[in-house]
Amino acid sequence: MPENAHNGIVVGQDNLGLQSEVQIPEAGHEGGFPPFNTETFEAQLVWLVITFGILYYLMSKVALPRIANVIEERRDRIADDLDQAGQFKAQTEEAIQSYETALAEARAKAHAIAQETRDRLSAETDSHREKLENELNKKIADAETRIAATKEAALAHVRGVATDVASSIVTQLLSEDADTAAVEKAVDAKLG
Amino acid sequence: MAAQNGQDGGFPVDPLHQFEITTLVPLNIGGIDASFTNSSLWMVLTVFAVTFLTVFAVRGRNMIPGRMQSIAEMSYEFVANMVRDNAGNDGQRYFPFIFSLFMFILLANFLSMLPYSFTVTSHIIVTFALAALVFVGVTIIGFAKHGLGFLRLFVPSGVPAVILPLVVAIEVISYLSRPLSLSVRLFANMLAGHITLKVFAGFVIALSSAGVAGIFGAVLPLAMIVAITALEFLVCALQAYVFAVLTCMYLGDALHPGH
Repeated sequence: MPENAHNGIVVGQDNLGLQSEVQIPEAGHEGGFPPFNTETFEAQLVWLVITFGILYYLMSKVALPRIANVIEERRDRIADDLDQAGQFKAQTEEAIQSYETALAEARAKAHAIAQETRDRLSAETDSHREKLENELNKKIADAETRIAATKEAALAHVRGVATDVASSIVTQLLSEDADTAAVEKAVDAKLG
Repeated sequence: MAAQNGQDGGFPVDPLHQFEITTLVPLNIGGIDASFTNSSLWMVLTVFAVTFLTVFAVRGRNMIPGRMQSIAEMSYEFVANMVRDNAGNDGQRYFPFIFSLFMFILLANFLSMLPYSFTVTSHIIVTFALAALVFVGVTIIGFAKHGLGFLRLFVPSGVPAVILPLVVAIEVISYLSRPLSLSVRLFANMLAGHITLKVFAGFVIALSSAGVAGIFGAVLPLAMIVAITALEFLVCALQAYVFAVLTCMYLGDALHPGH
């Protein structure tokens, strides 16, 4: 860069030298190199000082404080919003936590109630069943005794009928009265 | 204009004509030539443009910025970061100056891309005045903050005593050449860019006046103008940035000469 700069300067000085040697009155207007026309320097400097001075004043007093203010406000606002969001998040998590505890409690309670009910119901059922079974057992026992008695009676009848039938058959076959004692003995032997 | 001047080959456009200063309102205050020229006009317009961007566009102070306010805020933060990175936190005091400098050069450069406008920064006296302001200001700040300790800037640590005089001499020369390099860089870039554009525009006119074949031939320099215009916009922004960033670095040197 400095080399370029030097080239620029050298070229410029040539032009400048030419101007100063030849002394063209309006060098800037006719073929000279306008940036090296020293006649215009004064006015340019004056207006540069005026315009840049005004610009610096406007920037440092009005524009930059205002922009800084806007940026700062936004940064604060964002930070606030983030804080608030964080608070809300904490609150939400708290709520979720308490909800879950409540849910767990309720579930445990429901479980306990269910268990209790189930126990109570099964106990009731058990006692009910026991009572029924006892009744049934009693009825079965009664029935069995009744059946045994009937069976015995029936067996006793069978013996009488068998003896009568045997006596009649013997009487019919032998044409004489059967020996009752002998028949009874034979029937008993057959019936076991 | 140039054809009347009878330049070589009758080139239709004088590429230097755009840099000529024409007095619009002659003015002389106390023996000082304060004529309002086309250069003054574009300086004033530059100030208006910067003021529009940074004052008018932020008048709503909107929490959610619109386009113009975004531009103002982005410029603000861009320059603020530049100052912080290059001059440190104690450089923030000079932020308004750097911001004004950057915006003035940037908008002056951009406005110069308008057809028929005048390039304020294509005059060495303007860029040199700005660079000299920076140089003198930075030097005063350096001595005010550190007294003679500011001279440590020219004595890098860890240099053997034998070549120290040479190094110090180089450092002093490079320090003194700062305003020159700063001003010539901006001036030469703007000047060269605008001359290039004008020269290519001259080619278009010269070729297209040479018949049908010439009109087709003019397409190439026309395409070049389009490309160079884009490049010039880049240069406009880049040179404003370079000027401002170098100012920040010089400021950083003045504030922390030990580094």
